[in-house]
Amino acid sequence: MSEPRPYVERVGPYRFLRLMAIGVRTHVLYMSRSPLQLGEAVVTPVVFATLAFYLFRAGGQGDQLLQASVGAGLMGTWSSVLSGSGAAVQNQRWLGTMETLVAAPTPLVLTLLPITVSTALVGSYSMAATLLWGVVLFGVPLTFADPLIFVVALLVCLLALGVVGLLLASTFVFLRNANALANSLTYPIAMLSGMLVPISVLPEWTRPISWVLPTEWGTRAVTTAAGGGEVILPMVMAAVLGAVYVILALLALAHVQDRARRAATLSLV
Amino acid sequence: MRPMLAIEALDLSRVFHVRSGWLRTRRTETIAARGISFEVRSGELFGLLGPNGAGKTTTIKMLNTLLLPTSGTARVLGHDVVRDPMAVRRRIGYVFGGDRGLYDRLTALDNLRYFSELYGVDPREQRSRIAELLELVGLAGREKERVEGYSRGMRQRLHIARGLLNRPSVLFLDEPSIGVDPVAARDLRRTIAELADAGTTVLLTTHYMAEADELCDRIAVIAGGRIRASGTPAELKTRVRSRDVLELEVYGVDDTHVTRLRDLPSVRDIAVEERGQAQLVILQVDQGADPRRDALDVLDGLRVGRIVNREPTLEDAYVAIVEEAARSAAGSVRAPA
Repeated sequence: MSEPRPYVERVGPYRFLRLMAIGVRTHVLYMSRSPLQLGEAVVTPVVFATLAFYLFRAGGQGDQLLQASVGAGLMGTWSSVLSGSGAAVQNQRWLGTMETLVAAPTPLVLTLLPITVSTALVGSYSMAATLLWGVVLFGVPLTFADPLIFVVALLVCLLALGVVGLLLASTFVFLRNANALANSLTYPIAMLSGMLVPISVLPEWTRPISWVLPTEWGTRAVTTAAGGGEVILPMVMAAVLGAVYVILALLALAHVQDRARRAATLSLV
Repeated sequence: MRPMLAIEALDLSRVFHVRSGWLRTRRTETIAARGISFEVRSGELFGLLGPNGAGKTTTIKMLNTLLLPTSGTARVLGHDVVRDPMAVRRRIGYVFGGDRGLYDRLTALDNLRYFSELYGVDPREQRSRIAELLELVGLAGREKERVEGYSRGMRQRLHIARGLLNRPSVLFLDEPSIGVDPVAARDLRRTIAELADAGTTVLLTTHYMAEADELCDRIAVIAGGRIRASGTPAELKTRVRSRDVLELEVYGVDDTHVTRLRDLPSVRDIAVEERGQAQLVILQVDQGADPRRDALDVLDGLRVGRIVNREPTLEDAYVAIVEEAARSAAGSVRAPA
């Protein structure tokens, strides 16, 4: 019997890049055509920018409005990544595409990764929109300590958010109500990562939890890049922890996919 | 020499466990497949027929690696579906019926591009392969329209195109013609027949007997999670060769009438189909018997339309097999433990 000719046997760097590029294009395009998601993308940054402005002004920290605006932007980004990862898996179930994706001869992690990267990209828009609304509505000055370092730190932070989303998305494959869990995780992880309020105001016992979250280091890198301070160490920590999370996601996915095939949860809605 | 086997299923079983309730958790167990064994030769078009809940989709999902069997083994083109799922996935296509399974806010072209990448189609071939498939399924010229605007038949054709992107050696078609209008269903049958002619092994599940009769080289009838009969359509029809069929168009038949008709001495099996306001009562009777008068006595008071005597078809054979399975299941439930 003849072998199926056009199958590319190994996932080399070229195929990986193609999978990422076409996957991200597909999912960003799909998300951008949802009136609900578009509406959310417009409204959420305004809400977060307003929240941050009044919170910091009431606390007598009017001199840190830029950090407040950046933190609010990160909240929007994180919310997009997390709800996007949870909803991505759930959406595939609703659309009936989950089984088609799993039945494809491509490792599931390479199918899910572009989905979480897409949500991070959409999330980065949230950061830009929040900063913009901060300037337009509340006159927050855009005076970054080092704009270039800020952009680099932001990219590292987006990656950190994306890999946490990937780890969560991999476990969502198994869960029937993935998006409900995603919703309930949004604020605890944002708090523990110091996105809107510094982790120093949280109880001491929460500190070790924050330290193992790449999102905390990513947030620290971005806020210090905006206001000035040590940026390299948090960036390195975010990258290293991010790599660890990718490995954990790979392990979780192999296990979870097997369990989903055993428990017949792939197509559950 | 033994012909090359595309699919081998040996004693496949699948049990589903469902938990319900929070405080008092209740576990229920459903056995969807009970020791299913069959073989499909390379290039064969094999039909899996059965009523709803018979275990057809479960069987297909075990073969295409989406579900793990609870017990038993299966191989597709020599690759074990449990131990080597990736090798199986590279060589198969999977198409299911209905509206779902596509990104409906995207165009057909965007859908096919994405799945080409996931199914590992060589980037240099993608453009020509997609154009070739759009032509094959009759969607050429409509590929830049969003799928949400497609009719059910068009979606189904797009599903077929998606399932064929990686030139699968084995194609699983799970009720592909469900909800499709007669003209689209005819086109679909033609496409399936062409694929089989070109050497693709096809495993087809369907509710439509005429479709199975027209397309399938061999058929297995599955009911209650077990294979009840298998053979060519002609072989299956011989099971009811010693019978005649009497069809009565009646208005207002209820369960009591059906039970009394079933109890008539020459009646072997009975099926009732809804036909708008009326019901079509199909009686399988002993060859040479004419229970017309007895049947009309049972239906006394109801409006009776057309009455036809005809030769048994594959559908009659199917009904006989499924009814027999139901009777034996009822018998085993009634039998003392």
